[in-house]
Amino acid sequence: MFKPTLVALGVAAMLSAPAYAADNSTPPSSKDLEQIRQEMQQLKQSYEQRLQSLEQRLQAAEAAPPPAPVADATPPAAASAQSGNAFNPKISLIMNGTYAHFSNNTPAVVPGYLLGDETGFTEAGLSLGETELAIEANVDDKFHGWAALSVAPEGGIGVEEAYINTLALPAGFAVKMGRFFSDIGYQNHQHAHAWDFVDAPLVYRTMLGNQLGDDGVQVRWIAPTDLLLELGSELTRGDAFPSGGDNRSNIKAWTAFAHLGGDAGEGGSWRVGLSHLRGNAENRADSADITTNFTGRSNLTILDTVYKWAPQGNPSVTNFVAQAEFFYRKENGSLVYDPDGSANSSNYNGNQRGFYVQGVYQFMPRWRAGVRYDWLSADNTLDNPVAGTSLETMADNSGHPQRYSAMVDFSNSEFSRFRLQFSRDQSRPNQDVDNQVFLQYIFSLGSHPAHQF
Amino acid sequence: MKKIFALSIALMASSFTLPAQAALKVFACEPEWAALSKELGGANVDVYAATTALQDVHKIQPRPSLIAKYRQADLVVCTGAELEVGWLPPLAEKGNNPKVNPGTPGYFEASRFISMMEVPSRLDRSDGDVHAYGNPHVQTAPDSIAAVAKGLADKFAEVDAAHAADYKSRYQQFNTKWTAAMQKWAIKGKPLNGTAVVSSHKGWSYMYRWLGMQEVATLEPKPGIPPSAAHLEDVLATLKAKPAKMVVFAAYQDRRPADWLSEHANIPAVELPFSVGGVAGTDDLFGLFDVTLDRLLAALQGKK
Repeated sequence: MFKPTLVALGVAAMLSAPAYAADNSTPPSSKDLEQIRQEMQQLKQSYEQRLQSLEQRLQAAEAAPPPAPVADATPPAAASAQSGNAFNPKISLIMNGTYAHFSNNTPAVVPGYLLGDETGFTEAGLSLGETELAIEANVDDKFHGWAALSVAPEGGIGVEEAYINTLALPAGFAVKMGRFFSDIGYQNHQHAHAWDFVDAPLVYRTMLGNQLGDDGVQVRWIAPTDLLLELGSELTRGDAFPSGGDNRSNIKAWTAFAHLGGDAGEGGSWRVGLSHLRGNAENRADSADITTNFTGRSNLTILDTVYKWAPQGNPSVTNFVAQAEFFYRKENGSLVYDPDGSANSSNYNGNQRGFYVQGVYQFMPRWRAGVRYDWLSADNTLDNPVAGTSLETMADNSGHPQRYSAMVDFSNSEFSRFRLQFSRDQSRPNQDVDNQVFLQYIFSLGSHPAHQF
Repeated sequence: MKKIFALSIALMASSFTLPAQAALKVFACEPEWAALSKELGGANVDVYAATTALQDVHKIQPRPSLIAKYRQADLVVCTGAELEVGWLPPLAEKGNNPKVNPGTPGYFEASRFISMMEVPSRLDRSDGDVHAYGNPHVQTAPDSIAAVAKGLADKFAEVDAAHAADYKSRYQQFNTKWTAAMQKWAIKGKPLNGTAVVSSHKGWSYMYRWLGMQEVATLEPKPGIPPSAAHLEDVLATLKAKPAKMVVFAAYQDRRPADWLSEHANIPAVELPFSVGGVAGTDDLFGLFDVTLDRLLAALQGKK
């Protein structure tokens, strides 16, 4: 309110100052002096008028009831506090490294399953894992953006996720576009550093290449009910395992998912989900040294459930999390072993199922212990299971790959974690035993991580 | 699958055809703001408290029931100042409710009305889980409640203009009662002036300033880092030079470190409600400060 007047005064003072300065340097003529006097007189009159009006306003303000000081006294920092982040964009760097020991060093194949890229075991010995750089900010009032770049220890940057999502759609809708981890299953949307074990469950490793992330669009809707009901669907390029291969010029995979969740008593909460993935593959290569190509369709259905409990819902001292997911996959198409060489092919009808169940208990602040059991089975039909090739491995329905894991981890704060894990892995043919030991650290630098459910 | 979609469409249709609910749906991040919303909103508001005083508000997860409530809220009332940094942003991303996202008129941040204490001069995680905007536990002093009440009443009137007059009169009634209670508490709390205390977490800075108490040590070595045995020994050594009258901990916190110090330093351990509903008799904001003062005064007289 007072500002324009003050500015005017200031400008007047600035303009008049050189006039005084000129007085000292050159002797002014009487005409000049007269002019200056007139100007001064005008200025004086104008000031008096303004001062009067200021006084009137001051009196009016004093007569009015005083405004509540708290409402106007906004501390300068608080305005930016409204955005909820000290850094715009929020940046965090997540580093992890492992020491791994394996008692069995034969190739890590799983009977009845073709494995996608990067689904092998962690490197033996000491190794640095992928370093993840995550950047996040509101784009504007309607969009939010998130990117997670992973830097491989040998160099090279991969884009794990890069998406924008809507903030302003009405009626409980939201749309996400870009590259993102799918919301099918329970663990799928969690980044590896948030997993409770060093490695992904066997069902994720064998049927989703550890984790399903693809380029596309997601639509999600939440019902206006107290019980959470969330429905969603994703249309994607179909580049990610179990889809992939040539000719990605159309929508080659889609998903649909439904989540139901709520609280259970004092301190408990739960969520169940049902999801489906349908994908097309065309000459999709697997991760083996001599590749096997798959052309055909994959249909995967997942039933997932998670239950969390803490005394009075307060997880800081003790808490318990149980989760289980059941996968059922049907595939049909053809397999070609060694497409660049001798090329044996076979028609293939896949019928695979598996589950894992795990529980993690925080028994004292900072310390958690957990156990997990993995189980797989396959009932595949191949009309040409050539001995000594991957076609024979795919036709092997005899065994039930399984794994027992136990872990203990220590988190000094929300930003650091050390983990010791022991696994008795029997996922190779004939349930060959591999005793595995992992030591892992996960550190997070930068902005505060978002809590997961 | 088809059935689920049919059900969802039916639900969607019903959500559009139902008459608009009269009450303003308030999603309060903390129980103190839920209590204040009830005081100021009365029958015009339908208040949901996302957390209880028995929960560590730093460690909340965006669980399904919170997403469902966030989705339906007309107004979100939080402390702000990054207290909810771990769970409000994911709720905003998953909750699909543009009315209440941070930065919109449907988002109310209590800390905006407080002159924040302990704003760190440097931001470094080696100092623990520091909050860039200062100590966010503003609800531990009644003058904070008074300051936020005015802002919240104005916010209610803004987002629910039809009942603006109601909110104004309810605020005036509350303010009168609260001012009287503050005068009563000021007299009651006088003996606590100058009392040295040990706290479990830096959760009572506003209360200490209000009552003139002095924090000589905390059981947490750094904010958000749980007490270790070695650090408790250090605190005990500190107390030899700077004796304290009591050790205070919040109802949601592990009482064992406070009990350990109580035993070894021979001072009372005081469980404070920290927020509405933390201990018996704190069903509203008046009870919160009555009981807090009662417990502090009892400890001052050496009662364990």
